[in-house]
Amino acid sequence: MSTKSKEVTELVEKKYQHGFVTDIEADTVPPGLDEDVVRLISSKKGEPQFMLDWRLKAFRHWQTLREPNWAKLHHPPIDYQDISYYSAPGQKKDGPKSLDEVDPKLLETYEKLGIPLHERAALAGVAVDAVFDSVSIATTFKDKLAKAGVIFCPFSEAVRDYPELIEKYLGTVVPYRDNYFAALNSAVFSDGSFVYIPEGVRCPMELSTYFRINEANTGQFERTLIVAAEGSHVSYLEGCTAPMRDENQLHAAVVELIAMDDAEIKYSTVQNWYPGDENGKGGIYNFVTKRGDCRGKNSKISWTQVEAGSAITWKYPSCILRGENSVGEFYSVAVTNNLQQADTGTKMIHIGRNSRSTIVSKGISAGRAQQSYRGLVKIFPSAESARNYTQCDSLLMGKDCGAHTFPYMEIKNPSAIVEHEATTSKIADDQLFYCRQRGLSEEDAVNMIVNGFCKEVFRELPMEFAVEAQNLLNVSLEGAVG
Amino acid sequence: MLKVDELRVSVGGKAILQGLSLEIRPGEIHAMMGPNGSGKSTLAHVLAGRAGYEVTGGSVTYQGHDLLAMEPEERAWAGLFLGFQYPVEIPGVNNVYLLKAALNAGRKHRGEPEMDSISFLKLVREKAALMQIDDSFLSRGVNEGFSGGEKKRNEILQMTLLEPKLAVLDETDSGLDIDALKVVANGVNSMRSADRSFLLITHYQRLLDYIQPDYVHVLAEGRIVRTGDKQLATQLEADGYDGILAEAASL
Repeated sequence: MSTKSKEVTELVEKKYQHGFVTDIEADTVPPGLDEDVVRLISSKKGEPQFMLDWRLKAFRHWQTLREPNWAKLHHPPIDYQDISYYSAPGQKKDGPKSLDEVDPKLLETYEKLGIPLHERAALAGVAVDAVFDSVSIATTFKDKLAKAGVIFCPFSEAVRDYPELIEKYLGTVVPYRDNYFAALNSAVFSDGSFVYIPEGVRCPMELSTYFRINEANTGQFERTLIVAAEGSHVSYLEGCTAPMRDENQLHAAVVELIAMDDAEIKYSTVQNWYPGDENGKGGIYNFVTKRGDCRGKNSKISWTQVEAGSAITWKYPSCILRGENSVGEFYSVAVTNNLQQADTGTKMIHIGRNSRSTIVSKGISAGRAQQSYRGLVKIFPSAESARNYTQCDSLLMGKDCGAHTFPYMEIKNPSAIVEHEATTSKIADDQLFYCRQRGLSEEDAVNMIVNGFCKEVFRELPMEFAVEAQNLLNVSLEGAVG
Repeated sequence: MLKVDELRVSVGGKAILQGLSLEIRPGEIHAMMGPNGSGKSTLAHVLAGRAGYEVTGGSVTYQGHDLLAMEPEERAWAGLFLGFQYPVEIPGVNNVYLLKAALNAGRKHRGEPEMDSISFLKLVREKAALMQIDDSFLSRGVNEGFSGGEKKRNEILQMTLLEPKLAVLDETDSGLDIDALKVVANGVNSMRSADRSFLLITHYQRLLDYIQPDYVHVLAEGRIVRTGDKQLATQLEADGYDGILAEAASL
């Protein structure tokens, strides 16, 4: 491609756009993990006793566990004693009371990431909780939300201000005993978002949390809990980025969603943690447990994810369809390029009668990346007339990448209807040539074909973010063909 | 406009075009006829820059430039259009989206401003009506689930929208019923102008009942063995290729 324009070369070089580091003084605890560290985190956050007790139980349980090795992922062993478990940008002890008190450097960081925190500049109709390393630094539109009765605040604030809600719901969807990374998170989680939508309320704006890892040698362990009371409705989005570093960094989050009778939660993720360089050096290890509980009848939980970043992704946003007529959905686009590895999918656990679930998974592999879809559809004997539809498509670019599918089904009720469709395809040369003959550059042609492949998932994203997701995909795949 | 000089092309070591020469001047319509395997589609693909063809000799000049040195998209920007014999499906990509991207890519490279969505939609509806294409057709995936005839009409729609300088139509008439054939011919005739040229690659002279060519060429074994006017096509239809091929072989 001798005549390939300079523009393309520039695009390939810019690749990861959020790789900068904010130079800010931080209160970081030394690397290492023992009970004292757990106590220290709890005391730094001024937590009530029940919270500390829960953390300690989780920590003791974690010590009895071993890292899971069933996923199709390969990485050198993680030294959990070499990670710092708490880092906060230096600020007043209780955190800033308003945006005016937030360090301008932090505001600037979010500005650079395209997330202005000043409400007058913010995206209309989107409230943002900004989490920087281990703490939430600002939450926008809190007052407007409070008027509707919606609670949207940093997790650590919720533990202090709404301890009864936290104690009632925390760990009821993802218990600390759930798995290795969930146990670790339960012991050392630092911040995240808490959302409570009261009965009958339709949340007046999109809620969004933006996670940023900044400090070196730290892990981020955030925890998000969303409770939608009877007949309520909320749409929530999370975004993530991190600086470019040669070392791997650990991110082990837990997200719990609870939907009561007739409630609906829509949870969207645009994950763009630093993926490492083209030789696989650096990048985030992303081990995340996300689960929603459709506790009430006619409740609905919908996961939409665009996974573009991270060196390693281990993530299975799932739904427990307990309520009668409850609905679970999982729409996923996962992109792996260079040496990225992803093992991702979902679990749909049908317990309630007439519960329905839909799974649409789109995997794109390029470079030398390896990607697996791993999914479980489980129909309990009680789930009379349950339905599941699964569609699982993989797109391969180049000849050195891999796509793998591991669908599991456990059907214990004969009235269930379960469908599974899967395809694997390559971007065909004739598709590329067709587009180029019409005047599209090779890069534009690839982007267009890939976006077409992902369309069913992108249309599930809130409007503002669908465009962002498309652009992210384009950046992630730059240089993948040619 | 286009000057092909002694072009030799191989595919996988096998010689397909063996010294083909052809000159197309602005405003002319040339029909390229010939039996299966004579190299018609190879010529179309080589002109458009498809990979997999090895040029072993000769040259192609397009508007004074060395066409063979240009990337496929550069040829498109310079006004070369290929109507595909088998248009490919691109699932999930909106037909209108591809059309707009293609139109604006060309405009951008000619230094013209990009067309906004409203003017574009107006334009595309106008052209679609000419091609008797339903609006719903525009929002479907590119060629996704289109019938053979719909695909061909879509090709001509793209051509009328992109307004090329040289359109190469590769067996656009094959697989069309008589009504669709008329629609396609209308599309071409409506675009005829003093500065636009066409190369119609076809197997049958049927298309030439509706589009009046200036020249008719017969391609056999990688070479043009006969050039004439519309009469040549009629003669071919009546006598078949055998006579002309035998004649060419005896030379």
